[in-house]
Amino acid sequence: MRRVLSFVGLMAMAMVVATAAPATAKTFRFAFQGDVASMDPYALAENFSSAFENNMYEPLVRYNSKMELEPALATSWELVNPTTWRFHLRKGVKFHDGSAFNADDVVFSLKRAQSDGSDMGSYVGGIVEARKIDDYTVDLVTEEPNPIIANTIALWYMMDKEWAEAHGAVEPVDLGKDRENYATLHANGTGPFKLKSREPGVRTVLEINNDWWDKGNQTFNVTEVVFTPIASDATRTAALLSGELDLMYPAPVQDVKRINASGIATVLQGPELRTIFLGMDQERDELLYSSVKGKNPLKDKRVRQAFYQAIDINAIKTKVMRGASTPTGLLIAPGINGFDPALNGRLPYDPEKSKTLLAEAGYPNGFDIQLDCPNDRYVNDEQICEAVAAMLARVGVNVNLLAQTKSKFFQKLKKHDVSFYLLGWIPDDQDAGSVISNLMVPPQDGGLAWNGGSYGNPRITALSRKIGSEIDAKKRQSMISESFKIMKDDVGYIPLHQQALSWGVRKGVTVAQRSDNALNYWYITIK
Amino acid sequence: MLAFIFRRILQSIVVMLGVALVSFSLFTYVGDPITNLVGIQSSDEQRAQLRESLGLDDPVLVQFARFVGRAARLEFGISYQQKRKVVDIIAERLPATLELSMLSALLALTLGVPMGIYTALHRDSWFSHLLLSLSLIGVSLPTFLIGITLIYIFAVQLNMLPSFGRGEVVHLGFWSTGLLTASGLKATIMPAITLALFQMTLIMRLVRAEMLEVLRTDYIKFARARGLTNRSIRFGHALKNTLVPVITITGLQLGSIMAFAIITETVFQWPGLGLMFIQAINEVDIPVMSAYLLLIACFFVIINLIVDLLYFAVDPRLRVGREAAAGRSPT
Repeated sequence: MRRVLSFVGLMAMAMVVATAAPATAKTFRFAFQGDVASMDPYALAENFSSAFENNMYEPLVRYNSKMELEPALATSWELVNPTTWRFHLRKGVKFHDGSAFNADDVVFSLKRAQSDGSDMGSYVGGIVEARKIDDYTVDLVTEEPNPIIANTIALWYMMDKEWAEAHGAVEPVDLGKDRENYATLHANGTGPFKLKSREPGVRTVLEINNDWWDKGNQTFNVTEVVFTPIASDATRTAALLSGELDLMYPAPVQDVKRINASGIATVLQGPELRTIFLGMDQERDELLYSSVKGKNPLKDKRVRQAFYQAIDINAIKTKVMRGASTPTGLLIAPGINGFDPALNGRLPYDPEKSKTLLAEAGYPNGFDIQLDCPNDRYVNDEQICEAVAAMLARVGVNVNLLAQTKSKFFQKLKKHDVSFYLLGWIPDDQDAGSVISNLMVPPQDGGLAWNGGSYGNPRITALSRKIGSEIDAKKRQSMISESFKIMKDDVGYIPLHQQALSWGVRKGVTVAQRSDNALNYWYITIK
Repeated sequence: MLAFIFRRILQSIVVMLGVALVSFSLFTYVGDPITNLVGIQSSDEQRAQLRESLGLDDPVLVQFARFVGRAARLEFGISYQQKRKVVDIIAERLPATLELSMLSALLALTLGVPMGIYTALHRDSWFSHLLLSLSLIGVSLPTFLIGITLIYIFAVQLNMLPSFGRGEVVHLGFWSTGLLTASGLKATIMPAITLALFQMTLIMRLVRAEMLEVLRTDYIKFARARGLTNRSIRFGHALKNTLVPVITITGLQLGSIMAFAIITETVFQWPGLGLMFIQAINEVDIPVMSAYLLLIACFFVIINLIVDLLYFAVDPRLRVGREAAAGRSPT
């Protein structure tokens, strides 16, 4: 009898506990069009993966929901000498497995981020050494003075030395040697969530880390996160409308109205930090893909300007992007360090002027040219190109559009096998300096292959070097502004717009939308 | 019989080598994997280094030999995108596709064969005409349209079935099955129907056509003259002979279902081989793509072999013919 009673009592207690716990347990279910590349934060420097991993791993300095820099694993930092920044580390921070975070982990993380198989080159490439001063102080020594080091390392996450050594994850996978590494499927960070399970391509589940150092300062009530990649736009939208998801992105522009009218979810839209623009081959003496032989029409500023002014960006905004874009006059968005609102104006839409300019330049009947575009990388990329082609046709320039999948397109672009192309760019370090040095300096002078038209101007090249090491913020800004003014006067590129983020969010769920499209779960409240 | 099997196996090996050649040349001609392996701001030096370490600069014949040797040992390398062993990825995804394919083939057969028999036996009934007209829909509507419509009706409007995924799965050893959980079963219904619709129509019309033809043959006339019951004639004699082409087609279709469940898997986000393949194409993940091609070729080859062997079992005419021919001595 006693056994039965105590059993019943136990069951009753269990039921009470079971019903009590879920009241505070909130599961956040969301979907994205692709999957996280890997649980290893150094595997691929890709926008979405980086944002996802930021919920498990943390950098020394992080961006908040307004894209402002704030201390994370470092509480403060100062310049000791032009090439050395001293970081003071936060005390009392633990990794998910309980081991303490200290300077050894920073030193190890740098070594790992700079080893073969790591894709953190653009973040830590300029750092020569991480010198441990004491358990909670580290010096980062850079090759050249770096005034924006905090920006540069905001996406470089700290990993645990002891954990990596114990599990054979000391080096990110080296594809040439066919070795996997433990960190691909497992994670041990300092962040607000721990990895519960990972099925690549299927589902990834995170659970709350109750020992997170910042838990007290943030308002959120999510205790579990279930992420599924859903590639098909229609299925993703259906899943949101059926109530199976709390959030999904990107919400396809053609479904925005339907979602907003559904009563179940709304679409949260805001400008993304990515700028979409058109580039032109200004290096060759004869274009590869045009009907003009013997000379390169795009080398003539009047032709470039004619192209610019033939494009009706507002029509693109309303008809192609359905309102989900912000026309821009620069290659960078507001929110990028170095943005100058005074320079964000555009040349007016004036097809008559275009025709006049073309005639002046010697092409009264226009000419033919090929436009290269990706068709699965940016929001409505192919449709934007089709619209541009139609608008140029009105001023006499016949555009032959070649839109293809991003891997083939990027291959072509990087070989400079293009005459006229579309590209989108968001600087990894949220700073204009890298945009100038990468896209406005010809590759032979240090620019990247992504400068598909080899646009350059000797003055910009000279300024770019100084911008890289100028510590004084005001002087730096004036050099940046000058570079952009020159680019605009040259019509080196034709900026189009910032595309819009669009997140489908279920009613009752509050999130913070970061302009680099990152979803941080510590800003989410579910009613 | 043994000689036949041996010959077929030899032919299969030749086919597999041909596929291996195609699969291998993917490495040379499709996109540039380096672009997808590294982030947008990696230096050209890093890219050149990666090229070399992946062996992308060796002569073609050397690379092909290396490739065949490793494929034979089931070593397909490491996925460029997921950075895990390709064998592991395929092993994870295989159960999902196999389960879905088998279920939809089963559905197509159990519904298609009876429907075909009925419409053959009762040619002029209104129900037959109804079935035939509806079946046209199954053939002419594209798979993704059927899938999305089903999702819209049953997931969005009625909230009865899940719109994506496989639900909860139970892992039994290396196999993962969704059939043992409620959510898993619910998740299988719509994808299975979507995949089965086309096959079902095909099978139904095939069975109908074959049966009509067989019912007109001489030996059926003789059986009727002899006084055998209708049931015995139809199901004992006619059906068996009808099934020969049906088996062939179904066998090939099964291979097709497995290989090309891509669209259905994409619509329902079903974590199978088809979805894996599409993702691999988008990311130019060549190890995965080539492993998939080899795997599918293998499936087709094995299925064809089994189908040919089944001929012997099912069609009495073939059996008798061969025995008689074997019995005749040369002297």
